[in-house]
Amino acid sequence: MAENILELQNLKKHFPTTSGGLFNRQKGVVKAVDGVSLSIGVGETVGLVGESGCGKTTAGRTVMKLYEPTEGKILFQGEDITNYSRHQMMPFRSQMQMIFQDPFASLNPRHTVGTIVGASYDIHGIKPAGGVENAVRDLLERVGLNPEHINRFPHEFSGGQRQRIGIARAIALKPKLIVADEPVSALDVSIQAQVVNLLDDLQQEFGLSYLFVAHDLSVVQHISDRVVVMYLGKVMESAPTQSLFSSPRHPYTKALLSAVPIPDPKIERARERILLQGDLPSPVNPPAGCVFNTRCWKAQDTCRTVVPEPVQIAPNHILACHYPEPAK
Amino acid sequence: MSTFLEVKNLHVSFPTEDGAVLASNDVSYSVALGETLAIVGESGSGKSVANLAVMGLHNPQRTKISGSAILHLPEGPIDVLSAPNETVRRLRGKAMSMIFQDPMSALHPFYTIGDQIAEAWALYNEGSKADGIKRAVEMLDLVGIPDASKRVHEYPHQFSGGMRQRVMIAMALVNNPSLLIADEPTTALDVTVQSQILRLLADLQKEFNMAVILITHDLGVVAEVADRVSVMYSGRVVESAPIDEIFYNTTHPYTRGLLNSIPRVDNNGIGTRLKAIPGQPPSLISVPKGCAFEARCEFASHVSGGLCHAVNPDLVEKAPSHFGRCHLTGQQVIEIANQNNGVK
Ligand SMILES: Nc1ncnc2c1ncn2[C@@H]1O[C@H](COP(=O)(O)OP(=O)(O)OP(=O)(O)O)[C@@H](O)[C@H]1O
Ligand SMILES: Nc1ncnc2c1ncn2[C@@H]1O[C@H](COP(=O)(O)OP(=O)(O)OP(=O)(O)O)[C@@H](O)[C@H]1O
Ligand code: SF4
Ligand code: SF4
Ligand SMILES: [Mg+2]
Ligand SMILES: [Mg+2]
Repeated sequence: MAENILELQNLKKHFPTTSGGLFNRQKGVVKAVDGVSLSIGVGETVGLVGESGCGKTTAGRTVMKLYEPTEGKILFQGEDITNYSRHQMMPFRSQMQMIFQDPFASLNPRHTVGTIVGASYDIHGIKPAGGVENAVRDLLERVGLNPEHINRFPHEFSGGQRQRIGIARAIALKPKLIVADEPVSALDVSIQAQVVNLLDDLQQEFGLSYLFVAHDLSVVQHISDRVVVMYLGKVMESAPTQSLFSSPRHPYTKALLSAVPIPDPKIERARERILLQGDLPSPVNPPAGCVFNTRCWKAQDTCRTVVPEPVQIAPNHILACHYPEPAK
Repeated sequence: MSTFLEVKNLHVSFPTEDGAVLASNDVSYSVALGETLAIVGESGSGKSVANLAVMGLHNPQRTKISGSAILHLPEGPIDVLSAPNETVRRLRGKAMSMIFQDPMSALHPFYTIGDQIAEAWALYNEGSKADGIKRAVEMLDLVGIPDASKRVHEYPHQFSGGMRQRVMIAMALVNNPSLLIADEPTTALDVTVQSQILRLLADLQKEFNMAVILITHDLGVVAEVADRVSVMYSGRVVESAPIDEIFYNTTHPYTRGLLNSIPRVDNNGIGTRLKAIPGQPPSLISVPKGCAFEARCEFASHVSGGLCHAVNPDLVEKAPSHFGRCHLTGQQVIEIANQNNGVK
């Protein structure tokens, strides 16, 4: 994987806040994404994990330029698209697509599946050989839906089927990169497996790259080549999947992994857990020093004052911690 | 352990324009004080509907309910399905309490967290408003909300998802209920918060000797906390057994499919294919006369004479305390599975 499809350099997305709730009216900024660097190779899947509210969706939407980045760079196939206008982005739109977190909210209930999936062609003025309708039927078949159902409306499909409609729409223009935001978390396990397999197949067939956002670590492990762990807008650790899961070096990664329930009662009974105290701190007013220090059992004075810089500790393995766990 | 709730032959159906939706189809289960029963199964299989019936929370005008749900109270047994509304209302919150699937919709946006907990407390306790708030602070403390005496005066939108879920738990537990029904209490949460909450529930269960029914589709969570498991499919219980039996001696083809379809962080499943169960469950309006899992079951071909298609199997005891609804014996299912997997 010599070539990178996507590269983020110190990407930031801050939202201004007008009022921080009833008792806290001062203005501030939400540092939703605060200096994220990562790269995705051609045909590679990079998993993005972390606690609810740590900035995963914001990062994904900023990559798609649905949000204007506050700082940093976005390179798509080596081209700096950070400051491209809507117009300049047009040729890229067909090459990067997003599967949205909520399959229910992201499909227009008044449009048929045919209209929803076919819309991409019209927007980009692309005329597929054989016509739009045939192309849509093909797509429906690809994602395991019955092409006969092309005139049905979203509410006539189950949750798993609706997620497939979103996938059909995302692959219509044969993109090179798909940002998949929690594509399976709303689904129960048997349907989840159907969708994960489909994403695998599409990657094999079209050489797709994925940025795969999820909080279910077992799914992320299954699908990703590399995993990036975020906490409060920052990258704590990123590494090839195998090494991250077998030897996590960042305390937060370690806590996260130790908390994943394993569907085997005997293993569960014997397991030791690292229980983190408290909740994610507010991104309006993040802790000084290491952002994880308020919940880290290893925190020392340095951690409360000095920000640990991300360093490369092995090929493709980046870590931001003053007192990392020993390598296994 | 003494049985606290006993649900027998529960049927719940919703009349609709297209016909009656049979969401609970002859469902039976029970749970004892101090015990955790997990209810798992496909989305739409009737897990919430059955337990909402026990809580007496279906609209009687739009729901048809039959069967029984006996609560074994110290003062004697009572069938909540046939008891007058007023009686059931007096049982809710104290004899039995529920944490709902969606915490945001169950909390009122315009009242403070403290007022809402205090109101639940006041249903069963004499005392001033200040006493209620004091109790609310205690409960928030108990469920691990930092700075409880200050945050008790805040509104739901000022709490994160994980904290709101803890508020729901605090509210459900404020009157020390004998039975707690927790419907997907951790689905919206990430793993670190999830494990805090599960730990908390387990501690509280021990402290108060509660009976707990945990509805979830996360089999990892089940492995962590359940004593027994009931597996539902298409409105029916298809397998029910002690926890280890369900995981290590799985006798129902659907339960097998469910267990096989999950990726696991501990088995390095990278690059392998997940074993999905193909297809969808049947409609609950025109219930098939045979086994509801037949169209998706890879074991059906091992049953002769088209029996799976023609006859719905009964729920029978396959091994001590292990019930299953399948024409094959538990042993047959395990043997066929091993053959298919190439295990000797
Ligand atoms: N448009 C916005 N304006 C202000 N704050 C925002 C906006 N979008 C997100 N945030 C805040 O930014 C932070 C990151 O949110 P984001 O949705 O990216 O989290 P996430 O990691 O995707 O969480 P989840 O796992 O719950 O989906 C949160 O604190 C959120 O409240
Ligand atoms: N009021 C209603 N009217 C008609 N059908 C209903 C009603 N409530 C539930 N159902 C149907 O009854 C079935 C069982 O629903 P239930 O909510 O119990 O499923 P569940 O097992 O809890 O699923 P999930 O895991 O998705 O929460 C579903 O098919 C649902 O669509
Ligand atoms: S830098 Fe300090 S506080 Fe942060 S993760 Fe490392 S040890 Fe913990
Ligand atoms: S009864 Fe037949 S179809 Fe139903 S689960 Fe058993 S083998 Fe499969
Ligand atoms: Mg998100
Ligand atoms: Mg439910």
